[in-house]
Amino acid sequence: MNTTVSIPASTVPNNRVSSIKIKLSRDDYTLRIGLVLLIGLLTVFVVFPLYSLLSKSMEDMDGNFVGLQNFHEYFQTPALLISVGNSLSVAFFTAMIVLVLAFIYAYALTRTQMPFRLFFRGVALIPILAPSLLAAISLIYWFGTQGVIKSWLFGSSIYGPIGVVMASCFWVFPHALMILITALSTADARLYEAAEALRTPKWRIFWTVTLPGAKYGILSTGFIVFTLVITDFGVPKVIGGNFNVLATDVYKQVVGQQNFEMGAVVSLVLLLPAVIAFIADRWVQRKQVALLSARAVPFQPKPEPLRDWLLFGFCSFIAFIFLAMLAMAAYASFVTFWPYNLSLTLNNYDFDLMDGGGWEAYYNSIQMAIYCAIFGTGLIFIGSYLVEKARGVTWMRTLLHLIAMLPLAIPGLVLGIAYIFFFNHPDNPLGFLYGTMAILVISTIIHFYTVSHLTGLTALKQLDPEFETVSLSLKTPVWRTFGKVTLPVCLPALLDVASYLFLNAMTTVSVVVFLYSPETMLASIAVLNMDDAGDIAPAAAMALMIVYTSATFRILHALFSNYLKRRTQVWRNR
Amino acid sequence: MPESKQNYLRIENLTKHFGDFVAVQELSLEIHDGEFICFLGPSGCGKTTLLRAIAGLDPQSSGRITQAEKDISNLPPSQRDFGIVFQSYALFPNLTVFQNVAYGLENMKIPKPAIQKQVNDLLDLVGMPEQTDKYPAQLSGGQQQRVALARALATSPGLLLLDEPLSALDARVRATLRHEIRLLHERLGVTTILVTHDQEEALSMADRIVVMNEGRIEQVGTPEEIYSTPASPFVADFIGVMNFMQGEVSTSGKVLVGEKTLVCETGEIPHASKVRLTVRPEDIVCSAKAKDIINSFAVKVESLEFLGSFCRLILKGPEGFGELMTDLSTQQVHELNVSPGTALTAVFPARNLRVFQESS
Repeated sequence: MNTTVSIPASTVPNNRVSSIKIKLSRDDYTLRIGLVLLIGLLTVFVVFPLYSLLSKSMEDMDGNFVGLQNFHEYFQTPALLISVGNSLSVAFFTAMIVLVLAFIYAYALTRTQMPFRLFFRGVALIPILAPSLLAAISLIYWFGTQGVIKSWLFGSSIYGPIGVVMASCFWVFPHALMILITALSTADARLYEAAEALRTPKWRIFWTVTLPGAKYGILSTGFIVFTLVITDFGVPKVIGGNFNVLATDVYKQVVGQQNFEMGAVVSLVLLLPAVIAFIADRWVQRKQVALLSARAVPFQPKPEPLRDWLLFGFCSFIAFIFLAMLAMAAYASFVTFWPYNLSLTLNNYDFDLMDGGGWEAYYNSIQMAIYCAIFGTGLIFIGSYLVEKARGVTWMRTLLHLIAMLPLAIPGLVLGIAYIFFFNHPDNPLGFLYGTMAILVISTIIHFYTVSHLTGLTALKQLDPEFETVSLSLKTPVWRTFGKVTLPVCLPALLDVASYLFLNAMTTVSVVVFLYSPETMLASIAVLNMDDAGDIAPAAAMALMIVYTSATFRILHALFSNYLKRRTQVWRNR
Repeated sequence: MPESKQNYLRIENLTKHFGDFVAVQELSLEIHDGEFICFLGPSGCGKTTLLRAIAGLDPQSSGRITQAEKDISNLPPSQRDFGIVFQSYALFPNLTVFQNVAYGLENMKIPKPAIQKQVNDLLDLVGMPEQTDKYPAQLSGGQQQRVALARALATSPGLLLLDEPLSALDARVRATLRHEIRLLHERLGVTTILVTHDQEEALSMADRIVVMNEGRIEQVGTPEEIYSTPASPFVADFIGVMNFMQGEVSTSGKVLVGEKTLVCETGEIPHASKVRLTVRPEDIVCSAKAKDIINSFAVKVESLEFLGSFCRLILKGPEGFGELMTDLSTQQVHELNVSPGTALTAVFPARNLRVFQESS
């Protein structure tokens, strides 16, 4: 090569490096603007608040940067350190107990011919309809100072770790059960046939085929239960007594002592186990995928009287406890003055006469839940659509997906406190949101964003990726295919997301406990406040109003889904 | 004049890489107006990549594509002129057959009655006149693919892209549709590109076949040319069944295989070059008696396999010939009274032998 001759760059076709730039169509612009908007939105409502939290934890009362001094102070305070141990042990014991019970329950539901499986499944999902506080309130009536069967605790007090573990087991049970049911129902019958053909004894099949197959589901359940319990605030608040945990510490620092800096520190400590559990769970989920092959033959359980009836006994026992928890709260809510005057009355439902927001709080809750269901579903589905279907710009789609995954790792309480710091800051132009219904809706949507996002992605992945290509070749604008094909086909998944958001908005306490104002009092907060004021019966009544509402909504959702399924089964069945 | 055909699509120096992997390399090709072209090759040869580059779905890394005298290299798919059909049909599941076919027309501000007529005409054309109100899930695979074809043709595209459209169908339906797509093409004259790994499909449907391997074109030609005069050992092996023999050019027009000399066209290949000699099974002529003509050798039947209308014989030739396959009709097998061990004479006609120089 003659290096002295310089050739004008434009005449050298550099085929290796240069890449053809395709002009952007109007659709590409639409989708990209959508991506930018959504990334911007989530950055403002997820990333910025977290940053505020972080910087707050490194400031003193006057707002000067002090580095890690607050953390140093925190670890010098024995009272606060005890909470770390308490939180860890309560979460650990609950996870162990729930794991064993929920596994046996899920096994009975998926791997046996036990009678009344549908009934048992329904009963076990009841706690989802109620705020976690309900279990604690019910336990007070069963085992509290005036409890019906207080003596069964042999002198131990329900106000403390025992009560926290028991109530936690109740409300996290359905979450554990659902994951384990999924893990256990994806069995490959061929493995069992092979094992039986080799004359393997039943117990050995269980240890070598069933358990390994559900391994990742079990791990995942463990992590999720642990996180749910360690970040829950309602149960320890109601029944914890003097037993302090991290979540109640955050509340006390912020609401009780107005020590925002220390509140920020404790929330960051609380964030740690949640983040670890989140990362571990992601790792487990990735492993899980490889386990399922498309050729798997679904497992059909055979009847086995002894096993089936033993499990029937076990499930009946659990179901009885669940119903007893609900029934006691329901009964107590009608009792005039526990335990001295057991005559029935509706006085406890006269919320307007008590502290805690009255019926207004209940209507606010319904309003908020509806807003969450409508706006949340719309926003989240558009987000998952952009992640899955936008053409090119891989880095933007990955970024949006990553931000969408973040909320799963942030406990509600931590998100709530981060929102205070961010939106209550005098320089924040979005400060007008503080104390409004809007901020309650936004924080709730964000808190439950990830699961809904993943549901949307799963639904979209089931569509033929070539739909968009065909539409392009037919010169159809992207919004038309979205409206005429994508949306109708994904409607069942959208309804699931809406229902998930509605139920969680009705029952959540931890996200909104720092963010409500007197005008936007919510039912779940009212339960907390009435309990705090000693009005336990009205608290139970309000908790039950939430249960009734959630149950009604669930039934409506089921009916509508069923109707939709029947109407569309012509084209859905393959 | 045959050269009067207009070039409709021109691809120049097209390269596509995914990271370090080069899927298509420096590929150039011209496709005439109204032609039916097949991209044929094993999986991973770059044929689908090439198709998707033409559609603008996965833009090329470099190179130019011109369609109807217009440089479309930088255009997004929605501004290119093509209709596309996939192996998965990709019919919209919640729309009826009618709505699927009308989907593209509804964007063109055509009055409703006109759409109605056009859709019915199209469904007639693909042989589905009666099923307009059914949903895709209620149709068989073959019917779904017909609807997909009608939908792709609805907007009267200048170029029809078929991405393995028949691969998901069973053999009988595939044969029928093969024939019908070909007839449809003759009727409409739309320039068509079919991507397939099925050589039978390519041979029976295409005007010209583009055989691809490892991102490059091995040969472009009519089905006849590709089959009878393969340009490379790869094409010879990939299309149909082929016998290969190792040899060496002794003098011009003669190849030494083992100790025997075969007469054949050696072209420009220099003396003493290592070569591969190919012959199709059906081109080997077998007889019972020895013949005193060139390229005739004594062979022995090793085994025979009954394949319905004909028998495939495995022959053991002279030293260096290796095992050779030949096809005899069932009748011939009876006449020659063939069984394992039978001695026969096999003639290798010089015009049917092809010689490829071994790349050293």
